[in-house]
Amino acid sequence: MTINESQDEIIEEFELFDDWADKYEYIIDLGKKLKGFPEEQKTEDNIIKGCQSRVWLNAHKDSNILIFEADSEAIIVKGLVNMLIRVLSGHTPQEIAKADLYFMEKIGMSQHLAQTRSNGLASMVKQMKNYAIAYSLKN
Amino acid sequence: MQLTELLDIQAIRADFPILNQEINGRKLVYFDNAATTQKPTSVIETITHYYNFDNANIHRGIHTLAERATRDFEASREAIREFLGASSIEEIIFTSGTTQGINLVASTFGRKFIKEGDEIIISGMEHHSNIVPWQMLCEEKGIKLKVIPVTDLGELDMEAYQNMLSEKVKLVSVNHVSNSLGTINPVKQIIDLAHSFGAKVLIDGAQATSHLNVDVQALDADFYVFSAHKLYGPTGIGILYGKKEILNAMPPYMGGGEMIKDVTFEKTTYNELPYKFEAGTPNIADVVALKTALEYIAFHGKENIAAHEDMLLQYATEQLLDIDGLKIIGQAKEKISVVSFIMDGIHHQDIGVLLDNQGVAVRTGHHCTQPLMQRFNILGTTRASFAVYNTIEEIDRLVAGLRRVKKMLL
Repeated sequence: MTINESQDEIIEEFELFDDWADKYEYIIDLGKKLKGFPEEQKTEDNIIKGCQSRVWLNAHKDSNILIFEADSEAIIVKGLVNMLIRVLSGHTPQEIAKADLYFMEKIGMSQHLAQTRSNGLASMVKQMKNYAIAYSLKN
Repeated sequence: MQLTELLDIQAIRADFPILNQEINGRKLVYFDNAATTQKPTSVIETITHYYNFDNANIHRGIHTLAERATRDFEASREAIREFLGASSIEEIIFTSGTTQGINLVASTFGRKFIKEGDEIIISGMEHHSNIVPWQMLCEEKGIKLKVIPVTDLGELDMEAYQNMLSEKVKLVSVNHVSNSLGTINPVKQIIDLAHSFGAKVLIDGAQATSHLNVDVQALDADFYVFSAHKLYGPTGIGILYGKKEILNAMPPYMGGGEMIKDVTFEKTTYNELPYKFEAGTPNIADVVALKTALEYIAFHGKENIAAHEDMLLQYATEQLLDIDGLKIIGQAKEKISVVSFIMDGIHHQDIGVLLDNQGVAVRTGHHCTQPLMQRFNILGTTRASFAVYNTIEEIDRLVAGLRRVKKMLL
């Protein structure tokens, strides 16, 4: 599945929800399902500090694709992180670097990316792209 | 209609047009008043009127508009003098806000009168803006910064404070009221003790002025700083009160227009107080509107406002404690209408997002008091802070909202 196919799939899933509570319950559920990091892996090297909550992000290359793992202490951020990983993880660095992430706006969650001071999510997206750029330059 | 003693809260709510709107399909509940209060129509209209009819640069113009703008600007200074109980308008300096007021004192009084080996005392419940300017000064000059500890209830440890005082202490800078906890600090006692050792005292009144009567002469404060936007006035305006003899002894802060008497390339002489500290064209419209905000408060009576807010605080505290797993951070005996809390197993950001979706605006995070959060071993809190226009029904909305948050997350 391409990055855009994954995004479209998420947008379709969210079309089923009538109100904010259903939407957030789904995101909370995604947050709970995301396998987090063990405490010892939450280090100063992989932390992304936000004003509100912290996010931890790891990236490694497996043959020609990038795999992301992430965690957050806030469950809604964790649910959004889960979706970002679903969309971006497992693609080549080139694909990730040029990806246009439109799904957050389409599902009504763009405010979580806009509040750069409030949470680490926007910084995490930037960091995912930075990893992709760094790995694509390496080749 | 809800009446609290003498106040008609529904009529007051009608004075604040911003409150009459829906957020995410629900009527807005605004509980972020400690960050900034909303503005009554009279304040908004003063700003509009100023730009529609009176706008001119102040003090040096000879024409009618300049006279009008200057008259209203200076009338505001006089209103603030009265509001603070200061003895002279020379002691009222306009700044951009509390933060600038503190930085001004650190950069002028601090640089001139505090030397290597001296000490400055702050408290463990200060906002970053009453920590960082002193840290910068201390680093620059080799001054020692000491911190009054905070008790489990969220009060200052006054015994520890007394033991910290010595002839080495040149300045004590503490808040009147904690923005994170709502604690009202015993500033009169703090000032008297500091003075007995010859230290000067700056009081950060950002959170106090909309709730408490302040009399700088009765307190004997050397400096008192606050912001207009937390007491129903505009953003971008603050006040530095300073005792005249201290302000006179201080060097200027910024150089420029207004603050000079005569300029030649060889030598500049500085203007008299208060203009010595007011370089550049000030925020005239907002200064003028601050007077309107003070009139709004005076019209309703600060005691009446405080009584209403105390009732809300008491009700909110009872209702919130009824939620299992909720703990209030800051249980001082003397508090203004701020309630800061944590909930077992729930991150404050999740609380903030889910309350916003129910139309309830609260503040979440460390409230610019990271050392205080570390003191309580927490990452942050959810803070609801009340103003004159808030109601019991709105607190019920918060409590119901929190019960729903709990259901969704746990």
